[in-house]
Amino acid sequence: MLNVSDLHVAYGPVLAVRGISLTVPKGQIVALLGANGAGKSSTLRTISGLQRPTHGTIEFEGRRIDNIPAERIVQMGISQVPEGRQIFTDLTVMENLRLGAYTRRDGAGIKRDLDRTFTYFPVLGERRGQTAALLSGGEQQMLAIGRALMAKPSLLLLDEPSLGLAPMLVREIFRIVKAINEEEGLTILLVEQNANLALEIANEAYVLETGQVVLEGSAEELRGNEAVRRSYLGY
Amino acid sequence: MEAIGLAVAGYLDVVVLSTPPPPWEDPSLFAQQVLSGIASGSLFAILALAVVLIYRSTDVLNFGQGEMAMFTTFIAWSFMTQMPLWPAFFLTLLVAAAMGAALERLVLRPVEEAPVLNAVIVTLGLYTIFTGLALRVWGPLPKGFGPFTLDFLFFEIDLAGPVCAGEVCIGKLSVATFVAAVIIMALLFVLFQRTMLGLAMRATAQNRTASRLVGIPVGRMLSVGWGLSAAVGAVAGVFVAQNVGLSTGSLAAILIFAFAAAVLGGLDSPVGAIVGGLTIGVVRNLAGTYVPSEVGSVDLVVAFLLIVLVLMVRPTGIFGRRALRRV
Repeated sequence: MLNVSDLHVAYGPVLAVRGISLTVPKGQIVALLGANGAGKSSTLRTISGLQRPTHGTIEFEGRRIDNIPAERIVQMGISQVPEGRQIFTDLTVMENLRLGAYTRRDGAGIKRDLDRTFTYFPVLGERRGQTAALLSGGEQQMLAIGRALMAKPSLLLLDEPSLGLAPMLVREIFRIVKAINEEEGLTILLVEQNANLALEIANEAYVLETGQVVLEGSAEELRGNEAVRRSYLGY
Repeated sequence: MEAIGLAVAGYLDVVVLSTPPPPWEDPSLFAQQVLSGIASGSLFAILALAVVLIYRSTDVLNFGQGEMAMFTTFIAWSFMTQMPLWPAFFLTLLVAAAMGAALERLVLRPVEEAPVLNAVIVTLGLYTIFTGLALRVWGPLPKGFGPFTLDFLFFEIDLAGPVCAGEVCIGKLSVATFVAAVIIMALLFVLFQRTMLGLAMRATAQNRTASRLVGIPVGRMLSVGWGLSAAVGAVAGVFVAQNVGLSTGSLAAILIFAFAAAVLGGLDSPVGAIVGGLTIGVVRNLAGTYVPSEVGSVDLVVAFLLIVLVLMVRPTGIFGRRALRRV
């Protein structure tokens, strides 16, 4: 579904991504693991169009998308849940979700996806009229995911959903993400520092270091890999 | 020594004599002052709406707002020499909107990625540019501008002259200004609260990255915000010029009050702009009438003191909800 090949991303003179290639098959959860500054977020930002690659190609469902601006990539079916959530804090929960469906014109479909979002995240339904700034960190993360789902994506990019959240909440969110993947066949590319958790729900994973892929394989293989265990899983 | 004492006594005498009777003794004077305050406050309110519009949709305070409004009012003046009032008015709104959108695209867009202060400095540049341009095109002499007679097909309203109830009078022009302010406020309220376009504009002002990620064409939203604001500014200019005449400095003094009104009401609230504008107009007028002073008028002091007090209690303004953050 998504093919990234020899991707290079630079911020001025700083090379953040140096020749990453990866494939995300339809219906799967693929995890990008690695430490801070390994190039995970840059890769996601480039796929969603916020950042231009300096070299390499990105193909989505057979079409090159590396030159398409972010606002059009959403329409093509890729939604990103950005790092740090980036919800509209001054707007209500409902307004945030409504904006998630900005590119859509199918009123009935939007209504259906709104109900679906409230099914996955009941707390959002309870707080729909509240200003998003008043939500807790976990609820804000749920809102960010809900907003991305409202665009009815075929590929969801999730950037560090565990960031700054209590372990119990992180588990809850990962459980829901897995459920969405299984029940709706939504393809997910997940960036995560918490390799343990990510490997629990992912089918495949790539380990990045300083902008390059150093390891790739099925989640199961990586869980058993000695180096991964030492560096990222901590046992 | 005695002479000085006498002179001071005489001066104080004058002041004491000029202090008006309190409201309960002369209610019609009080009512008159309130109405006059509403009249000037309506002018502040319309321009404040333009300020709020740009702030709300692009997060920038436009210091060139007054001069843009002045410039478009000159354009209206030129149109009116060529065609009847209504076509000239609506054509002016169109030109103003196009001008606002073009300014955003050409002048503001290049500093979009920079800190917001850069954009604010650019708007200061707009201030001088439009003053200079207007001087160049229309010259330094004030132009006669209204009050106009509005032709509503089946009836006409002459904006010149007052309407009176007993001893209390208000200019018909002021009534029209007030009505225009309320209509614009209502339209903006509907735009921001009830339409997808308005919601997208608010989202854009708040978080551009997130806006792009949900598919909002951010650049277009900013242009629309500036265009709408310039059009509202043009309406403000047309009313201000009918009140105080049309010259390059017509709007500058009003803009200070418009900013104050917008801040008092809460920078992101159209309703706040109106309430803020009227409050400042009325308080200023009442203070000028009732607060005795030996050093000249204290109307501004009292009005701005009130603003400071309100902001101490409600830092976001009366209706603002911008700084609401959970830490």
